[in-house]
Amino acid sequence: MAQAILSNAEGLSVNAAQLRGDLAIRRTGRTIRWITPFVCYGFLWLPILILIVFSFNSSRTNAVWQGFTLDWYRSLFGLGIDSVNGVRTEARFSTRGLLDAVNASITVAIAATIIATFLGTCIAIGLERYRFRGRRLIDLIVYLPVVIPEITMGLSLQLFFSATFRTASSASGGAINPTFGLLTVIIGHVVFCLPFVSITVRARLAGMSKSIEEAAHDLGANEWQVMRRVTLPLIAPGIVAGALLAMTLSLDDYVVTFFVNGTGGTTLPIYVFSLIKFAVNPSINALSTIIVIVSMSLVLLSLILQRSRAD
Amino acid sequence: MAAVQPVSYNERRQRLQVRLLVWPAAFWLIMFFVIPFLVIIAYSILTPSQRYQAAAPFTLFNYQYVAKDIFISVLVRSVGMAILATLFCVALGYPLAFFIATAPKRVRNIFLLLVIIPFWTNFLIRIYAWIFIIRDNGLLDSLVREVLKLTTQPLGLMYTPFAVFIVLVYGYLPFMTLPIYTSIEKYNFRLTEAANDLGANDLRAFLRIMLPVTLPGVLAGSILVFIPALGSFVVPDLVGGSGFVMVGNQITTFSQSATGKTYGAALSLVMMVVVVAALVIYFRYGDRNAAAI
Amino acid sequence: MSQKRFALLSLAVAMLAALMFSSVARPVTAQSGTPAATSAGTAAAAQSTPVATLPFVNGKPQELKIYNFTTYIADDTIANFEKLYNVKITYDTFGKADEMYAKLQAGNPGYDIVISPDYMVTQLSGLDLLLPLDFKNIPNFGKNASAAFKNPAYDPGNKFSVAYQWGTMGIGYNTAKVAKPITGIADLFDPATYGGQKKRTALLNSSRETIALILIYLGLDANTTNKADLDKVRDYLLKNKDSIAAFHNDDGQTILAQGSIDAVMEWSGDMFQVMAEKGNEKLAYVVPKEGTFRWTDNMVIPKGAGNKALAELFINYVYDAAVGASIANYTQYGSPNQAAIDMKLIDETLLSNPAVYPANFDKLVVLKDLGDAATIYDQTWAEIVAGVGN
Repeated sequence: MAQAILSNAEGLSVNAAQLRGDLAIRRTGRTIRWITPFVCYGFLWLPILILIVFSFNSSRTNAVWQGFTLDWYRSLFGLGIDSVNGVRTEARFSTRGLLDAVNASITVAIAATIIATFLGTCIAIGLERYRFRGRRLIDLIVYLPVVIPEITMGLSLQLFFSATFRTASSASGGAINPTFGLLTVIIGHVVFCLPFVSITVRARLAGMSKSIEEAAHDLGANEWQVMRRVTLPLIAPGIVAGALLAMTLSLDDYVVTFFVNGTGGTTLPIYVFSLIKFAVNPSINALSTIIVIVSMSLVLLSLILQRSRAD
Repeated sequence: MAAVQPVSYNERRQRLQVRLLVWPAAFWLIMFFVIPFLVIIAYSILTPSQRYQAAAPFTLFNYQYVAKDIFISVLVRSVGMAILATLFCVALGYPLAFFIATAPKRVRNIFLLLVIIPFWTNFLIRIYAWIFIIRDNGLLDSLVREVLKLTTQPLGLMYTPFAVFIVLVYGYLPFMTLPIYTSIEKYNFRLTEAANDLGANDLRAFLRIMLPVTLPGVLAGSILVFIPALGSFVVPDLVGGSGFVMVGNQITTFSQSATGKTYGAALSLVMMVVVVAALVIYFRYGDRNAAAI
Repeated sequence: MSQKRFALLSLAVAMLAALMFSSVARPVTAQSGTPAATSAGTAAAAQSTPVATLPFVNGKPQELKIYNFTTYIADDTIANFEKLYNVKITYDTFGKADEMYAKLQAGNPGYDIVISPDYMVTQLSGLDLLLPLDFKNIPNFGKNASAAFKNPAYDPGNKFSVAYQWGTMGIGYNTAKVAKPITGIADLFDPATYGGQKKRTALLNSSRETIALILIYLGLDANTTNKADLDKVRDYLLKNKDSIAAFHNDDGQTILAQGSIDAVMEWSGDMFQVMAEKGNEKLAYVVPKEGTFRWTDNMVIPKGAGNKALAELFINYVYDAAVGASIANYTQYGSPNQAAIDMKLIDETLLSNPAVYPANFDKLVVLKDLGDAATIYDQTWAEIVAGVGN
């Protein structure tokens, strides 16, 4: 390369400068390349690690290390320091509230995941493998919840539900009285989980050639048999990945849940939010550490489950 | 395209199957996504009322009210912050994705994992991690005031635009990194080699060849960061306090007052205009570049 | 079995286990932090009310759902009631009245008892969202309530509500951090108070109350329906926005104690509660010299309540002299329970504190329901929130 430049008609000095410039650029690029992981991973992980470390700190109000303690973890289970500390305000941690929130979160997540996975898989197969009238429109409708800001979705659901409840109540003369609660939260969660399942399953379907299914057809299987015996087993990893994604989204959701919950609809994110806002308490650190560990396990789990992508 | 005369038994069964597959999910989405959207449009053109939240005479009053300077500035501020956060995420996310994609295959999964785990950790917990660091009596403050004894005034990092900015970048960085990673992984590095052979230095090769080819990933990541950042309300609420109110908070403030639901609906739709504009840009430039190579 | 199946199975088992554990496990009841007042209260309560477990419905204990402000009940009231009658209570909290109103307006999600400010009781009853109380089930009210809270202006004849606690709103601040003692609203926003520092104060994130306090300071009517008056409030707050750090959701006393701010607009009892905690001796509460308003929070039963009889039983329980005293002693607000005051069950320090039981009780302003005119308050509040955020 240097030969080609040197043998060019232009003067030597200009090209030497250019070479030096290019080399400097390359060196800068290399430096950026090996600094990046430190900066980025540090940025991503340092706060989490700090959180975990300080969940063992025995100081209540500030972040100076004062000694190791498991008290905050104990207080999560109602066995600890705050029970006898005489702390008056709701800065005291409430185990019962926590357990209710965990219960609600898991219930909603399981229900929403099952419904969303079922519906998402069906519509993914329908959209990917068949042509029908209105396909483009349905495609768009399925894709939209991914890009709409959650706050618009949440507010629109709240307005929709309250208008529906009011109409139902007055139309039935007070006999039927639907209200916000666990059910409305589940419905809302399905709305934003479904598209993600669909996208995941469709990706898997698209990457799969239709030849196996066609072969099964030719061998005399009807539509249902093809679906049951051939298609579903082949896309199973995609379905599982989609389900895990749906579950994570459901467990993580704050905004939509905030707008459509009622009594008994306090999920873990709602509970944690009010903790963060109102309480100054390293119990939150302890709770966060546990949640981080659970998330890590879920990730590793999904990795194991996706190993069969080998085909 | 359906046949004009579906006669055969199999074709009818296929029809039925399609219907069974598609309708339940379509019904759910239409009922609980499309119709609520129509409801919010309806609310935005009705009159505010204490009794029913929105009452009969159709009116454009809500839009006129929301178009006041004071609220438009909130929207402008939010768009600005969202753009800033997106740009920063690209600045951090692209090198990170590059690093992972060019790492040896054996360790690549580990590096990927280190990005995915925060991505799957509860969003609120990650916000709290930063609150713990920047609030008064938090890590930085205690460090500066009590350990190093540099000053006696509290640092006052919470409730500032900077706090909102850094937490937004922190929260959405994985959303940016993963799509870019997918793009770079598919990138054929021989193109860069060829460019180098033809006399381009690394910077030119990157700007002229690599960036345009990986642009779809960058755009996908940008959309995944810009839209949630624009509409975010948890982050500004927790770390911005009253010092930095974004569109999401304003909509929530409206929707929590007795007569404000119509204003909230109107402001929501105004925000949607910006979102749709961003999506239009994405589809125009994203598609064009995907077709390039 | 394959690694994959094992992983899936363990996930399913883990989730089911977590679900069952969280449904069933209940922690050991926490020890109370203030033994003297509350155990006396508990013992007295046990004596004055007959112990009677209520019958189960469908094999499960009866349920009561309560929706109340944060930090607004004694440590053990809920637990005691549950034990006494063998029922299950779901206790949800909210930070500001608007939040509660929005929930009820959208359709009662099943609450049996809701605590509501005075002006909001009028609003709610006007919207036909409340059930009338049956005083045959609440004999303690007639016996024990103070005369000032019987037949109030906001709810003639106590048709829908009975008073729960009452108090004033004022300013809490850290005497060690401020340059001069705060005497009123002007001091609250004066940068000189904080040694020139910005963003050292927080206001309550509730439209009516915060606007009312500023209206009183500006010498205007706290119940005005004139938008021009409200605009003056907005402009005043925007002029002073550099001093405002945040709008707190009824947790102002906590962030004050934590040190993020040096002064806060807060409810009287919330401040006294936090001042009683160890390490908070430097905190103080003051009623603004320009004046403040007096509020009364009430227990109401919204339409759609699941168990009205049990709700009324709870209300009756709260009006027991000992229980009322225990709540007042813990929350440090004014009690409407005359019997508790007469029997000296309420702490002497509270009774003699003019900030808790002000002498000019009758002269203090009370917030009233403004009907549809309230929309201008919502508008002004939204403008304030938007404007203060730069």
